[in-house]
Amino acid sequence: MKTKGQLEAKLSRGEFVITAETTPPDGADEASVMDKVGCLKGLVDAVNVTDGAGARSHMSAFACAAIMARNGIEPVLQFTVRDRNRLAIQGEFIGAPAMGIPNILCLHGDAITNGDQPEAKPVEDVDSKGLMSMARMLRDEGKLPSGREINPAPGLLIGAADTPRDPEPGFKPAGLQGKIDAGADFFQTQFAYDIEVLKRYMTVLNDAGITEQAHFIVGVGPLISAKSARWMTQNLFGVHVPDHVIARLDGAEDQRAEGRKICAELVEQFKEITGISGAHLMAPRGEKLIAETLTEYKLRG
Amino acid sequence: MRLYDLFQSTIVALEPVVRRIGYDRLERPVAAVEHAIKGAMFDCQMCGQCALSSTGMSCPMNCPKNLRNGPCGGVRADGHCEVKPEMPCVWVKAWAGAQAMMSENILDVQLPVDNRLKGQSSWLRIIREVRAGTLPRPASSARKAA
Repeated sequence: MKTKGQLEAKLSRGEFVITAETTPPDGADEASVMDKVGCLKGLVDAVNVTDGAGARSHMSAFACAAIMARNGIEPVLQFTVRDRNRLAIQGEFIGAPAMGIPNILCLHGDAITNGDQPEAKPVEDVDSKGLMSMARMLRDEGKLPSGREINPAPGLLIGAADTPRDPEPGFKPAGLQGKIDAGADFFQTQFAYDIEVLKRYMTVLNDAGITEQAHFIVGVGPLISAKSARWMTQNLFGVHVPDHVIARLDGAEDQRAEGRKICAELVEQFKEITGISGAHLMAPRGEKLIAETLTEYKLRG
Repeated sequence: MRLYDLFQSTIVALEPVVRRIGYDRLERPVAAVEHAIKGAMFDCQMCGQCALSSTGMSCPMNCPKNLRNGPCGGVRADGHCEVKPEMPCVWVKAWAGAQAMMSENILDVQLPVDNRLKGQSSWLRIIREVRAGTLPRPASSARKAA
């Protein structure tokens, strides 16, 4: 095993995992973290901690993840290349396992110009594949790019992001293979509400051998209304909520309850699709909504 | 300093002309002229928020650490830069320049740079902000008044 984490342990046993997501709080104490994310304790295998999501500052992701870890919630610490150079990031890779953080997810990050301090300087010293290869070098070779040794080496499970899409004829998942070659052990994806598209996509990934090389955790979440589903389809990159799902929400007496039901059904369907290792539940400022969905439908990580 | 004040009041007086032609249409040509002149005279890096009048006409963006509020702790005994030993410290030159200009503007704290303005004309921005009354008054003028 590469890490001491339960996420890797379950994935390697071939058990279906459930992960969720939280954004660090705008508050400078432990309670601010646990008030938000405590509701997910025991319900999921790990919780992602976003890193300046939307290019906005909150409590640092590292601090938030460390607080979660000591309170019994396994974190997946997200890293963007936007705000720190390689020296800062390497330091956090080394520090993460020391603070009980076994998993990382390597991302580019939202553009600074879309955030609330667009005058800030984007760093972008390395790209997301650069992040993964640095993490892998630290873990597997126990050294920094300079050659200096790190002992003990940081045990990290390395994640990357992906967006499921309807594969056109001849589509080759070269981008995913590139991330695996750079060090990705697992993928977590953008929201996938179109189960037929997802099935076609996973067939291509299975045929290309992607899912033998990395675990694939598919994104989904409880939709809160038909209006919100339409907005997501129109505004979120790579997200398509099919018309029949929107119609179901539209026709429901309680749209939020219907959204939770749709989410739970999709998670059950994911379990039946070859190559899918788990579900990644996301809802903006919706940790409690995710916890409700998991409890209501007895979905357990 | 009187020379710089004269320059600023001259460009501000051009505001009606600038407005008639249009700030947006002037942005590229003025930025190009500004870059040519300030580049030749001050090795200007076109940060778009010129601090030359507060830094003794020594451009702080040439500091290898981009320091806009005084020198780092690494200035060599001969007044040269610790990163580029062949280069005189930007801030040593700035203090000398400020004394020659008899200006206290060098004491003003410069705010962090707005990276969106890189490459844009500072002259047009000054014209626009002076006319709009939004150009922040340097703290040194308040000090003087007191």
